Amino acid sequence: MEAVVLNNVSKTYGKERKVAVDSVSLTVNKGELFGLIGPDGAGKTSIFRMLTTLLLPDGGTATVDGFDIVKDYKQIRNNVGYMPGKFSLYQDLTIEENINFFATVFGTSVEENYDLIKDIYVQIEPFKNRRAGKLSGGMKQKLALCCALIHKPTVLFLDEPTTGVDPVSRKEFWEMLKRLKQQDITIVVSTPYMDEATLCDRIALIQNGRILQIDTPDKIVQSYPDKLYQIKADRMYDLLKELNVYPKTLSCFTFGEYLHLSLTDESEQAEKELIQHLQNKGFHNIEMGAVTPGIEDCFIQLLKK
Amino acid sequence: MKQFFIFVKKEFAHVLRDKKTLLILFGLPVAQILIFGFALTNEVKKSKIVIVDQAKDPASQAIITKVGVSQYFQIENTVANKRQIEDQFKQGKIKMAVVFPPYFNRDLLHQNKATIQVITDATDPNTANTLTNYFSAIVADYQAELNQTKAMPYRITTEMRMLYNPGLKGAPNFVPGVMALVLMLVCVMMTAISIVKEKETGTMEILLVSPFRPIMVILAKALPYLMLSLVNLCIILLVSVFVLQLPVNGSLLLLFAESTLFIITCLSLGLLISVKTESQQVAMLISLMGMLLPTVMFSGFMFPIENMPMGLQVLSNVIPAKWYYIIVKSIMIKGVGFSAIWKETFILVGITVVLLIISIKNFKIRLA
Repeated sequence: MEAVVLNNVSKTYGKERKVAVDSVSLTVNKGELFGLIGPDGAGKTSIFRMLTTLLLPDGGTATVDGFDIVKDYKQIRNNVGYMPGKFSLYQDLTIEENINFFATVFGTSVEENYDLIKDIYVQIEPFKNRRAGKLSGGMKQKLALCCALIHKPTVLFLDEPTTGVDPVSRKEFWEMLKRLKQQDITIVVSTPYMDEATLCDRIALIQNGRILQIDTPDKIVQSYPDKLYQIKADRMYDLLKELNVYPKTLSCFTFGEYLHLSLTDESEQAEKELIQHLQNKGFHNIEMGAVTPGIEDCFIQLLKK
Repeated sequence: MKQFFIFVKKEFAHVLRDKKTLLILFGLPVAQILIFGFALTNEVKKSKIVIVDQAKDPASQAIITKVGVSQYFQIENTVANKRQIEDQFKQGKIKMAVVFPPYFNRDLLHQNKATIQVITDATDPNTANTLTNYFSAIVADYQAELNQTKAMPYRITTEMRMLYNPGLKGAPNFVPGVMALVLMLVCVMMTAISIVKEKETGTMEILLVSPFRPIMVILAKALPYLMLSLVNLCIILLVSVFVLQLPVNGSLLLLFAESTLFIITCLSLGLLISVKTESQQVAMLISLMGMLLPTVMFSGFMFPIENMPMGLQVLSNVIPAKWYYIIVKSIMIKGVGFSAIWKETFILVGITVVLLIISIKNFKIRLA
């Protein structure tokens, strides 16, 4: 059974009809942790806002929990949980007051669904009398998640929940999402961080309002067509320039401290030839080896198409 | 209903926790009413004058004594000759000079007619005018005393009576004005800002994606400000009664009922501004420039509407503060009942309904 269905949904902004979402179709199954992966400005927030009935699509149809996002917006608003990208709780209220407020607004109480937020809430409970404005980024996110969860939503929309959060808190946050999944809550999450993609059940890679690919992270990685090398030498910038003009280079881009490289010829012979070529060009300490592609490699490769 | 009350509670927390808002809310009205009450008054009190008494007879002395005890004048000194008067004027020491001619009493008794010369500093025509009026009144008073003892046939005197405000106190005029001003400022600006703030910080997004109906958001926002404004009203009335000694002549209940109506008008206006703007600064600017200025100019509180060109007179009719000002003046000073102000009340209700309809129609249940 599908929790979220999008059918050729489009969204344009302003008089010049700037396209933000370009006929996107996707389905999210019940109980799934679904990720929308893409850089800033890819259209992730627009999709979230349409699904949470905050924006009307310009074309196509979509349903959440079987309810139409235009006609049945009231039912959707009763049932979903939404955590916007920007921290959107009351800064001058304390943690406890924020949670109580949202629980009451959603017609429930903290006690009623305490088991749902317990894991997260115990982490911020020591500060429950502190005003939300004075919390750290990670604690703010936890508080926002508690508030979005307090009414036991059927579908939870999290718009870039980990942006601006430190790596440890990010990891904790994803562990919390995994636990929530076990409670049968469908989670749709967006993130610009490719490393978080592998933590989702299925992901959609999105760029310029278009879906590039939808699949499980594993399958997306497996579908990477070429053999991938990582390569490193003492003069990295010159190395990149050199490789970009090397006739057998298929693609080459910076990836952390390495360059990721694909060649038109995937034989061992070609590998040796390249190292020889680079040594002739005066590069030292050359390290080269095969590497399994990650989501980011796939993303970059898809963008080239 | 529980949802509604927690929202109201939250709204109170916002106001009470922000010291600046509190200061604007309660400090401003008191400051304004005191400033208008004591500093910016156009009453003339204790004006310095000089008297040149060339007669030095019972009649001139009697008038001088009367002038001396009047609270409007303060006799600086009695100079001997007229030439010194001009020096005093030029130095700005005095506002008025009074010259009694020689044989003043004799002329008065024998010719039934005497003249007093009154010279005023007309660089400030309003003050000059007021002072001569006050002085004429004192002289007329003295004449009246004379007439009691002596039978003077066919004497015609103009009797002036200042209705409702016999002492020509400034306070009765401005207290209703300040009430209109303060309620306008507090209600319009505070509601507009508090709703726009939710938009700006993104909390509106969450509130929209909740079972809480947008109309309830509006109501829950309005209620705290209605209550705070009523508290404000009490403060203003207390200050005006106990500090400025201006009693409320009419029904207090009616005054509060009409004020509640005006507050609702202001709240709808604030709502309209918040619906149409996206940032707190813009909302504040519109409330201040767009609401405060017309209130001051077109309510009749500072400038008489009757003296304005026709176009502006027509324009003043859409300013809610104008009607409220008339209503409050009528109740507080004239002490009239509802039958005398039903027309103004009706107009105010009309304006409120129109504002409410426009703003609720424009209230977005989505982001764009």
